[in-house]
Amino acid sequence: MATVELTFSALPAHVRTARLVATAIARRTGVEESLLDEVRLAVGEACSRAVEAHRVHCPGEPIRIELRDDSGRFQVTVSDLAPSEEIKQEQPLDLGMLSDSFMSSFGIAVIEGLADDVEVFPSPKGTNIRMSWPAAVSV
Amino acid sequence: MDLKLDHRTEDRLTIVEVEGEIDVYTAPRLRELLIDLVNKGNFHLLVNMEKVDFLDSTGLGVLVGGLKRVRAHDGSLELVCTQERILKIFRITGLTKVFGIYASVDEAKEAHGKDK
Repeated sequence: MATVELTFSALPAHVRTARLVATAIARRTGVEESLLDEVRLAVGEACSRAVEAHRVHCPGEPIRIELRDDSGRFQVTVSDLAPSEEIKQEQPLDLGMLSDSFMSSFGIAVIEGLADDVEVFPSPKGTNIRMSWPAAVSV
Repeated sequence: MDLKLDHRTEDRLTIVEVEGEIDVYTAPRLRELLIDLVNKGNFHLLVNMEKVDFLDSTGLGVLVGGLKRVRAHDGSLELVCTQERILKIFRITGLTKVFGIYASVDEAKEAHGKDK
């Protein structure tokens, strides 16, 4: 099982780097080209969410990404250390309620719409978002 | 790729040209431009996203924020976008029901002209 781990400080500028690394590893792991855009966006959303949460709660702590080839699936786990409540479920769309804070929950909705398989584990010690896509070959 | 922004006004419509990636790092620049345009009395905005390579929920939030601002002045914020990778994000989030999305600047201008 090949694993790549990346940690970065909670700065928006690093999210692009994380996206690029995830996309490169996904390609190398054998994820279909047609799915790479989804990997790039979903990982970017998870990292953006983590950066925003760290900037509020723990700006000095790093965010961790683990990318692995797991039995024919490319699996990405984005872990933050910011305390989190349960993720709010989808609500009916109303422009009046689309504040910037409400929009932040769109990140999870986007991830769920993109990744083949998503699990979100919020806790008082941080949130882990694990997502995976089918992969053809091992690294 | 970084974000490039430009804008021009044709008749009463302000066309915002966006090129590059709109994410958590670059979206504040687009937000500042939209706020500045509204503050200067530009209430009918058309954001051309044909050269946008990447859009995430932060970017969506900026566009929604812009829409709310122009609507407060009975204005409009519409989009030009034909890229499936970008349109998919609007569909996932249900925002296709919120924004007018056109296939070209000319098509949007024509529709805007009819609304005047």
